[in-house]
Amino acid sequence: MAFNIDLSSSSGYDPREKRRGGLLALPAVLWLAIFFIIPLLFVVGISFMTRGTRGAFISPELTLDNYARIFSPTYFSVFVKSIWIAVLTTIICLIAGYPLAFFVATRKSRWAANLALFLVILPFWTNFLVRTYAWRLILGNEGLINAVLVGLGIVEQPVQFMFTDFAVQVGLVYGFLPFMVLPIYATIERFDFRLVEAANDLGANDIRAFLRVVLPLTMPGVIAGCILVFIPAIGSFITPELLGGNQGLMIGSLIQRQFGGTGNWPLGAAASVVMMGIVMLALMVYAFASSRRK
Amino acid sequence: MAQAAAGSSAPRSHTVEFNHGKIARDMAVRRAGKIFMIFAPIVGYFFLWAPIIILIVFSFNASRSVGQWRGFTLEWYSNIFNNIAGSEARFSTSEMLQSFGTSITIAIITTLISTALGTMVGMSLARGNYPGKRIVDNLLFLPVVIPEITQGVSLLIFFNLIFNYLRGNGLNAAPGLGTIIIGHVVFTVSYVAIVVRARFADMNPRIEEAAADLGATPWRTFWRITFPLILPGVISGGLLAFTLSLDDFVVTFFLSGVGSTTLPVFVFGLLRTSVTPEINAISTLILIMSTILIGIAMVLQGRDNIAKTA
Repeated sequence: MAFNIDLSSSSGYDPREKRRGGLLALPAVLWLAIFFIIPLLFVVGISFMTRGTRGAFISPELTLDNYARIFSPTYFSVFVKSIWIAVLTTIICLIAGYPLAFFVATRKSRWAANLALFLVILPFWTNFLVRTYAWRLILGNEGLINAVLVGLGIVEQPVQFMFTDFAVQVGLVYGFLPFMVLPIYATIERFDFRLVEAANDLGANDIRAFLRVVLPLTMPGVIAGCILVFIPAIGSFITPELLGGNQGLMIGSLIQRQFGGTGNWPLGAAASVVMMGIVMLALMVYAFASSRRK
Repeated sequence: MAQAAAGSSAPRSHTVEFNHGKIARDMAVRRAGKIFMIFAPIVGYFFLWAPIIILIVFSFNASRSVGQWRGFTLEWYSNIFNNIAGSEARFSTSEMLQSFGTSITIAIITTLISTALGTMVGMSLARGNYPGKRIVDNLLFLPVVIPEITQGVSLLIFFNLIFNYLRGNGLNAAPGLGTIIIGHVVFTVSYVAIVVRARFADMNPRIEEAAADLGATPWRTFWRITFPLILPGVISGGLLAFTLSLDDFVVTFFLSGVGSTTLPVFVFGLLRTSVTPEINAISTLILIMSTILIGIAMVLQGRDNIAKTA
């Protein structure tokens, strides 16, 4: 499921040293156990508790009310909408990302390949907040698109793009597209293109060769890319907050609001647990899909 | 089965004869594919870069509105260093610079801790052989895939309960730099481990064997042979950790206390209240900063690749 490179069988260290190598993992493991796993367990615990009174956020009376509220129509619709937006984001990223990954992976010269890859990676590593904000300049009522539309006389009044689901959708695809491109690129780069020639020689045209040879063999990258886009998309908070305003409420904003000044911590914790459940489900599908391919 | 599938689209001839219709169709498909493969990446790159370029260009626009270009100006850049931003927004240069200082402090300490921890665990996964190694592997994988907001919320709850307990026992504790750094190490350590581990994968283990054969102790082998060889990986892992920490908003947002506002949290406050050309200027400066850092990290890794092929 994780990073499957195992070199433990060959190196200059003897078996006793190799076993002691576990000690090297200890500091990081402890750090993650204390500051990652235990806090997650806290969230699960608190999701079954009651909202506190008079300054306290939590009161330790056990209840299932928080989950009942999550599955009540008001909150449940936010979940359904978030899942829908995340699925749509994943599909659009796949359609847009595959050709881009294909292009990067098939550059002939080393120089062109490096440049093509660099141009995909760089936006990925620049500040997410700033990149998301940039869309306001494009989609705003006084933004670039509306300036062009009004200037050309196509519309009288500026079109309201900002603070809609459309803006959130654009922002999410933009933010997570590199997550789709990079794993697909990695599998296409290893792909042996003589297989396409072989398929052509056997009478398959390019579409058929793509669907029957290239796509199945690059599927691991596609699956990994879909997971890497879906998970941050469903948990996204910055994008709906900056581009969606009040209309674009998604799980992330819902959770964040529960942890604000007058929020309901146990309810927010329950929403986090349900979201983690969705993420775990996605990871299980991924693990199942990649184990079946082996 | 293949024949049946093929038969549905074009009847298969068993003698060697040219099916001109099929060839023409296949050539049309190839041409269409070629045109698609030219346009798709252009659209893709345009989509990735247009917002960034527009942001940078309009940070120099004399007009307050994005819709029109009124010539080049550095006014917005000068404003953010002179306590001015927008007409109605309250803006403080000293707050901005202070939040930047906080961000840098957090990023440096985070980088030191997570580079040390990440390098050790990366090495242990690449070279060690011990029970529970798979668990360690999956544990490192989790912070990368769990949504940031969940990490932020869980640490907020965690620290709140701990601090409440400590206060109950007469000890004073509050969220601040320490809590932010702890959270940042959680989500950066995995990246360092991945990069360092990949570096080990590229390394010839025979070199270490040779050192051992020549009588070097494991400790000496590590510092004289292994460490210099993995150093570029360690540095680029560290730079990634630094950039991730510097850019992080979500986890920081939940963990920052009074007086520990970082630059992204400060900028988020501005973005929520108003859109002013000064924000374009700040954003451009942030973009330049992370671009330089990532440029260095990529050059370091690129040099490895050149060394590897040589």
